[in-house]
Amino acid sequence: MTTPPLWLIPAIPLVGFALNGLLGTKLGKSFVSAVGVGAAGLTTVVAYARLIPFVGGNHQPVVEPVASWIALAGLSIDISFRLDPLSALMLSFVTFVAFLIHVYSIGYMHHEATNAGYARFFAYLNLFLFAMLTLVLAESFLLMFVGWEGVGLCSYLLIGYYFEADYAAAAGRKAFVVNRIGDFGFLLGMFGLFAAFGSLNYSEVFWKAAQDPARFAPALGAICLCLFVGAMGKSAQVPLYVWLPDAMAGPTPVSALIHAATMVTAGVYMVARCNVLFRLAPEVMVFVAAIGCFTALFAGIIAVAQNDLKKVLAYSTISQLGYMFLACGVGAFGVGMFHVMTHACFKACLFLGAGSVMHAMSGDLDVRHMGGLRGKLRITYATFLVATLAIAGIPPLAGFFSKDAILSAAFDAPGAGKVLWAVGLATAGLTAFYMFRVVSLTFFGRFRGTAEQAHHIHESPSSMTVPLIVLAFLSIGVGFVGLPPVFGARADLIGPFLAPIFAPIAGHEGAREALPHATEWLLMAVSVAVAASGLMLAWQWYVKQEGRPAERLAAAMPGVYALVAEKFRVDEDYDFLFVRPFNRLSHFLWKVVDVLIIDGILNASAFLVELSGDFLRFVQTGNVRNYALTFFLGLIALLLFVAGAM
Amino acid sequence: MDALLRDHLVSVVVFLPLAGAVLLLLLPRSAASAARNIAFGVSVLDLIVSVPLWTRFLVGVPGFQLRERIDWIPQLGITYNVGLDGISLLLVMLTTVLTPVSLLFSLTHVEKEVRGYSVAFLVLETGMLGSLVALDLALFYVFWEVMLVPMYFIIGIWGGPRRIYASMKFFLFTMSGSLLMFLAILFVAIRHHTATGAWSFALEDLTRMTFTGRVETYLFLAFALAFAIKVPVFPLHTWLPDAHTEAPTAGSIILAGVMLKLGAYGYLRFALPLFPDAAMRFAPWLGVLGVIGVIYGAMVAYAQHDMKRLVAYSSVSHLGLVVIGIGAFTTMSLSGSILQMVNHGLSTGALFLLVGVLYERRHTRELDAYGGIAAVVPVTTALFLIATLSSIGLPGLNGFVGEFTILLGTWLSPHRWWSAAAATGVILSAIYMLTLVQRVFWNPLVVEENRKLTDVRPSEFVAAATLVVLMVWIGVRPNDVLDRIRPAVESLQKSVAARQVALHESARPEISEVRR
Repeated sequence: MTTPPLWLIPAIPLVGFALNGLLGTKLGKSFVSAVGVGAAGLTTVVAYARLIPFVGGNHQPVVEPVASWIALAGLSIDISFRLDPLSALMLSFVTFVAFLIHVYSIGYMHHEATNAGYARFFAYLNLFLFAMLTLVLAESFLLMFVGWEGVGLCSYLLIGYYFEADYAAAAGRKAFVVNRIGDFGFLLGMFGLFAAFGSLNYSEVFWKAAQDPARFAPALGAICLCLFVGAMGKSAQVPLYVWLPDAMAGPTPVSALIHAATMVTAGVYMVARCNVLFRLAPEVMVFVAAIGCFTALFAGIIAVAQNDLKKVLAYSTISQLGYMFLACGVGAFGVGMFHVMTHACFKACLFLGAGSVMHAMSGDLDVRHMGGLRGKLRITYATFLVATLAIAGIPPLAGFFSKDAILSAAFDAPGAGKVLWAVGLATAGLTAFYMFRVVSLTFFGRFRGTAEQAHHIHESPSSMTVPLIVLAFLSIGVGFVGLPPVFGARADLIGPFLAPIFAPIAGHEGAREALPHATEWLLMAVSVAVAASGLMLAWQWYVKQEGRPAERLAAAMPGVYALVAEKFRVDEDYDFLFVRPFNRLSHFLWKVVDVLIIDGILNASAFLVELSGDFLRFVQTGNVRNYALTFFLGLIALLLFVAGAM
Repeated sequence: MDALLRDHLVSVVVFLPLAGAVLLLLLPRSAASAARNIAFGVSVLDLIVSVPLWTRFLVGVPGFQLRERIDWIPQLGITYNVGLDGISLLLVMLTTVLTPVSLLFSLTHVEKEVRGYSVAFLVLETGMLGSLVALDLALFYVFWEVMLVPMYFIIGIWGGPRRIYASMKFFLFTMSGSLLMFLAILFVAIRHHTATGAWSFALEDLTRMTFTGRVETYLFLAFALAFAIKVPVFPLHTWLPDAHTEAPTAGSIILAGVMLKLGAYGYLRFALPLFPDAAMRFAPWLGVLGVIGVIYGAMVAYAQHDMKRLVAYSSVSHLGLVVIGIGAFTTMSLSGSILQMVNHGLSTGALFLLVGVLYERRHTRELDAYGGIAAVVPVTTALFLIATLSSIGLPGLNGFVGEFTILLGTWLSPHRWWSAAAATGVILSAIYMLTLVQRVFWNPLVVEENRKLTDVRPSEFVAAATLVVLMVWIGVRPNDVLDRIRPAVESLQKSVAARQVALHESARPEISEVRR
């Protein structure tokens, strides 16, 4: 079999988008499902046809140019794709998870009233996959930006999928605008890169930077800061995280695919991709770690007091993304990417599980109305529980290994590493607590919803449960590719696989000494203990005592509880600080500057205006025939003049 | 016929619409549908005839191609002197595309004085095309004026309720600019006569003259003002929202799509090569005004509740970017500016067209009169969304390539901060355009009449889809366009640089003289 070209991988879903976008409404739901899911499946097959030989081979990066895109005055951007360990890692789970979510969507979107809506959904989903795969496989910053903005567009369109609900329409716009703030940073970062390196191609930029660190390091501080602003937008970090909770207005498969497993990790991928640059800008690295660490804790706290199941998962995602940046910030890029992968599996599972619950609850997502669902939703319950244990960091599930690796990397980091570790550990405890809180409220205790809801509760169809089961198994197993060093020098598969991407810069940084095994074991024991306590506490409070301790706590500190429940009122503050002044200023510019001042000055030259007015009134008879005649006579005069002159 | 098309292709393209207009005048005034169809047919024919311009144009060759030169008024040295470089080629093609698009829309939506309307459009097309190919300043000025008059009538007769005010404002603004330019042209020609003893209005002859000091400044300002009003550059823009809002849809498409570009085009074609020293001295002002235009236009656009007015202010913002690229004067930024002129013509043309589609059905452009119509008119919505994405610079569509090359090119000039400040436009444009999309197409459907809205008719669809196809084409294969722009830009830069070197090497007297 010949090797399929890399461009085929993003191209297949693009074709799917075109087919469903143009013909889907007419040809009906089964056509749409076949094309949509077929495209995702086919691209997964093609991707693995490239991945398997790559992983089995010598891991040498492959660059496949397709065509020149922009060539102008020293700027030369090719449409060119790159397969190296980093893009391979992303490709492996993006395609597969996307395929599972496409399958799930058949069941989930089955009730969609119109063919048009159904076609639109799958068309956008395919378009998203095209953009995401372009982002991942791009060989230049600019092509990555194409995917970057493309996924943002699909996110916008899918958040606003239920566009007739004003909150969904507003949430879509908010997501796009906040992401554009990040993209503004990304753009400036690219300008800086091009000014410094004369290129936007990865190979050239990274090679030059690594060859001559002393020359480029001074410019890289500002550049990396700008690029990181882009990452903060896309990956929902403080202060640009505000769009992601609102993004839950989109259909749940979208939340799972775009707002948990793939798109939101693009910022982490970008930072990892640019690790050479970031490592030459240590002050920015500190900033990355600090933002990540703060976001992890901040979002984790908010998640504790939310009652909307998807909102809890959204804040959890923000928090986990913070972990990933924490890892990147302390230089453990590979570990950050490992967490990207494990998180994709268990968070997709959690969101799809939430979708299944929502399905059963007739669209209700408030955990206060649920309870005792484990009896009727056995598969949903089992898979949700597995994924919860995984995210909570219970060994030997996937989240344990990646989270533990992040925590020990933070512990090992010089400077404020111990502080980062402590905050990360606290967040791990919070994570276990809030996740088991929603598990308890959803699946244990007695049912608290309406009789009508109770009547409707049913397990989802197999198109939905099979993806859940697959993702649950991945949540269990995928962590084993990144076993910590205590299990032996060759236990870790993913670290060495990614190592060439994060190769030390000659003469710039020495190899860091590994932690002693005893410390390693101790750290693991501590984090397991913390996670377990979080779980136990939630179990005690919400299952054993049916939420009474939490109510008492909230009643004891009403101000604090309200603040957390209202998400620290950040949206309201932004509204006050930015949105309203912006509205007022734009109105002022229009009514005062444009109409009053500029037009006022013009009208004040009344003499001129009036004079011309009189003149024009004389000419303007309002009769078109006269105008036409004047035209015509003028033209004839002109032509005669020309003829005479010649 | 073959010989005509071979040797006089440019003239055929320019004068075909005028011939059509003459033909229309032979029809009885009441022959509305014949007038409509003939006008549309002529504009399509002109598009077809103009395609060989694109194919016969030699890529990578600097200088003017497909030239024609005939003496017109030899006593004054005025020639009929036309030709194309990459810059004019693109704008000519934009014109021959947008004119049939607007007339196609007008086929179903203009009832009043159809013959006069059709004549005005065809004369307008000849005026625009002539201005874009003229290489003689007197000829250029004639075409420039020929272009203004029909637009004045189009706004004043077929416009909205405040059409008289708007057309008057349009007329006064543009006339005051072009009068100054006219005086400057005369002055330059007389100086040429004084220096050489021969009359000439040919661009090539006049650019050989060197003006210095205050004379150059005044002459430059006279030209620059005429073009700045047309672009329009802040704070000379206030005629634009009124003209756009009151103009009929087709008028808005042409006004935004082509006529605004003639300001920037005139600046590049005439003001810069004639007065390079002054142009370079004033470039920083241009850049700053451009930056103000980008941000100011976007913010004022956001405050609008009339769709057309919103799109009109967005033009102020977009053309601010074009002005920045010209001010920065790097190969990349200039090329980006020229590309962006075309891009803006396509995206804003499409936006005005689709606003027109809604307006013809509901007779209102208020944002609040709509809401939630995406399900009612899905095709209109999809087309509008694509035009929006093109307008806000989504990669993969045309707008991004122009925006990116302008901003990057400006970043590489000494004026990095212009680029940084103007890049906020990517945020601002998303804010005002997506607000428009949300308030018109999304949100709950509350106004009952909107349930009965009908989706695009075939003619409207073809008109809009043509523009969408071009947006995708330029977005995916921008090199097709950039390759044609580059030689023109480079020779412009070279000539300006050479003139500046020459100027500073020898301290020249205040008065002009001719270099050979």
